[in-house]
Amino acid sequence: MGSNGNQHTITALVQDKPGVLARVASLFRRRGFNIVSLAVGNSERAGLSRMTFVVNGDQGTVDQVTSQMGKLIDVVGISDLSDQETVARELALIKVESSASNRNEIVQLVHLFRASIVDVGSQSLVIEVTGEEDKINALANLLKPFGIKEMMRTGRVAMVRGQAEGRVSDGVGAGRRPEASIQGRVDYEGV
Amino acid sequence: MKLTGAEIVCESLLKEGVEVVFGLPGGAVLPLYGALSRYPQLRHILVRHEQAAAMAADGYARSTGKVGVCVATSGPGATNLVTGIATAQMDSIPIVAITGQVPRPAIGRDAFQECDVTGITLPITKHNYLVMDVADLAATIKEAFHIARTGRPGPVLVDIPKDVLQGERAEFVWPEAVNLPWYNPPTDAAPDQVAKAAKLINQAERPVVLAGHGVLISHAYEELRQLAEKAQIPVITTLLGISSFPTDHYLNVGMPGMHGMAYASLAIDRADVVIALGMRFDDRVTGRLRDFAPNAKVVHVDIDPSELGKNVKPHAPVLGDVKCVLRQLLPLVHRKVRVEWLRSVDTLRSEHPSLNIRETEALLPQFVLRQLSQITEGKAIIVTGVGQHQMWAAQHYGFKDPNTLITSGGLGAMGFEVPAALGAQVGCPDRTVWSIAGDGGFQMTMCDLATAVENNIPVKFAIINNGTLGMVRQWQDIFYNKDYCATVYSANPDFVKLADAFGIPGIRVTDKSQVASAIQQAMATPGPVVVDFVVKQDENVYPMIPAGESVREMMEEPSPAELRHER
Repeated sequence: MGSNGNQHTITALVQDKPGVLARVASLFRRRGFNIVSLAVGNSERAGLSRMTFVVNGDQGTVDQVTSQMGKLIDVVGISDLSDQETVARELALIKVESSASNRNEIVQLVHLFRASIVDVGSQSLVIEVTGEEDKINALANLLKPFGIKEMMRTGRVAMVRGQAEGRVSDGVGAGRRPEASIQGRVDYEGV
Repeated sequence: MKLTGAEIVCESLLKEGVEVVFGLPGGAVLPLYGALSRYPQLRHILVRHEQAAAMAADGYARSTGKVGVCVATSGPGATNLVTGIATAQMDSIPIVAITGQVPRPAIGRDAFQECDVTGITLPITKHNYLVMDVADLAATIKEAFHIARTGRPGPVLVDIPKDVLQGERAEFVWPEAVNLPWYNPPTDAAPDQVAKAAKLINQAERPVVLAGHGVLISHAYEELRQLAEKAQIPVITTLLGISSFPTDHYLNVGMPGMHGMAYASLAIDRADVVIALGMRFDDRVTGRLRDFAPNAKVVHVDIDPSELGKNVKPHAPVLGDVKCVLRQLLPLVHRKVRVEWLRSVDTLRSEHPSLNIRETEALLPQFVLRQLSQITEGKAIIVTGVGQHQMWAAQHYGFKDPNTLITSGGLGAMGFEVPAALGAQVGCPDRTVWSIAGDGGFQMTMCDLATAVENNIPVKFAIINNGTLGMVRQWQDIFYNKDYCATVYSANPDFVKLADAFGIPGIRVTDKSQVASAIQQAMATPGPVVVDFVVKQDENVYPMIPAGESVREMMEEPSPAELRHER
């Protein structure tokens, strides 16, 4: 599922141009949107990259995120996956302390999680694990007693299941039909 | 024939129909000036500070509807544009800013006068470019103009390294169309959205229109007038919406909000449907959001999808260009006679007059604006700065023609009035243009009086001189225990002598009896004139709804008894 409580998954197709990440990041910072994770990479279309964001907030906030992002000229399309069936994955590399005495125990855990060991040192192992955040959190928790020296996570990438492409609306304005879930009135102290 | 980057910029500007460019040269942009001198069709107006270039381009754009163009060099030249660019962004003004940049090999090395201007202007432009290849220059400039003027307009910055402007050459190929397939600003709205809006309007008993800048930008004043008259809907105009509806029209209820007319704010408070056209529910309009239009269903028409629901949740959001939407809406809206509602609005008007100017010997700033309105018959282009004089101009000037108030609404940039008036006058040479300044704002940009003189731009510069940062002083008066810290200007220059130093006439007015003749004298004098109206210092702007409060906390003009101590 795309949403987890107040978390929303948003994907954006963006022009592969210098500064596009700065534009998006600047928008999030300026409007006070809270990014949980952000993953960027090439898309299936030459010259275009795909970004996956996980953001915290109610539906009104997410509508602001998508409509503000849709205004960026370099954003080709944007899609809120929250109410769609999606496949979501994250990849993590975890370097865990390990000696000959406990290596087997760790290897067993790694197999249980269908993760793999990608580097073996005399004092440590590097584990590669792919899955939804919960799975990675669970493995990390189990590895904690051995001593996690370093962990790196890519952040979520997500895709709509089945034939449908993500419902990517046009960039600026067109297509978006603000109707159901426009945010209410948030008051703040007078300026 | 291959052209240099600088020549390509000039050719591109000509293709875009640019006639005038406001700028100030410097090292990195010098190659462009080398080419400009060979393009006499492109009139260059040399300013004294780059902020004036951006704001003059803004004033030109507002007064003509065309894209305004400004040019500055790298580093400090570019950063001096920033306040002007931010002004244009907040008020949706189409300008293209062209900046020189250090040569490509020097970028990122903290070179002399290097500055990351695309980074700096990221959040205050609609879009910006750093052009790293001379072959991309023409298409980029075409795209910049297209983005600036279409959809919700805004500023676009094009940063060009010096060695892209000179050195390499490229064929000048002007693309027939821009290549932005996913950039499709809305025009007509979806029919179901329009139908829903029409239904709400037809069911309304106490509707009001809240007309914003979008009505002027989309040239929808005729459609707005038709809607208002057909369905007998009172029209309230935001600060930037002023002059989108004739001031003297019987359905015009004036400006709402912090310093709006009390009856306008009260009409919104009583309304059962608010029809918001091309406006963004700014806090100066709404006050405390949860108490804004508490009885109303909201129809919100805007071209920018992010405005629909940003501050106020509309019951009927309509995504589209205001003019297109009004044309869709008009046939669906029923003809109505609303005797009772219009009568109750009139009652609000008579019970809360808001615009009365009291009898006193003192020279009141409101009196000056009212006289100016009468003498110019409401037909001048009024360009204001920000603060008390701006609010008095909005309240007391009777704008007759569409698009004749030019003011920094969203950003609230003091000092806007002098350069923006220059731009407006250059764009509309046959009109009377008055720059209305406070003495505070005037001193921020008065160096560009020299630009007016040099180019014989006949703006009339009024200074509503109360020797203080009046609006700030007013807040200190009301909210900060009359602690007038840092708001009194005890050593202002002699503005008449200053005018003389610039080589133009200056007139000082210290008494009510001199006001009309000074205005007439200024208008009869060819070329720029400065008129220094020395007004009562402690006059406050009323009505006032304190920031973050509602119409229920509105302060109206104090009674004569409360003002007994008046000198």
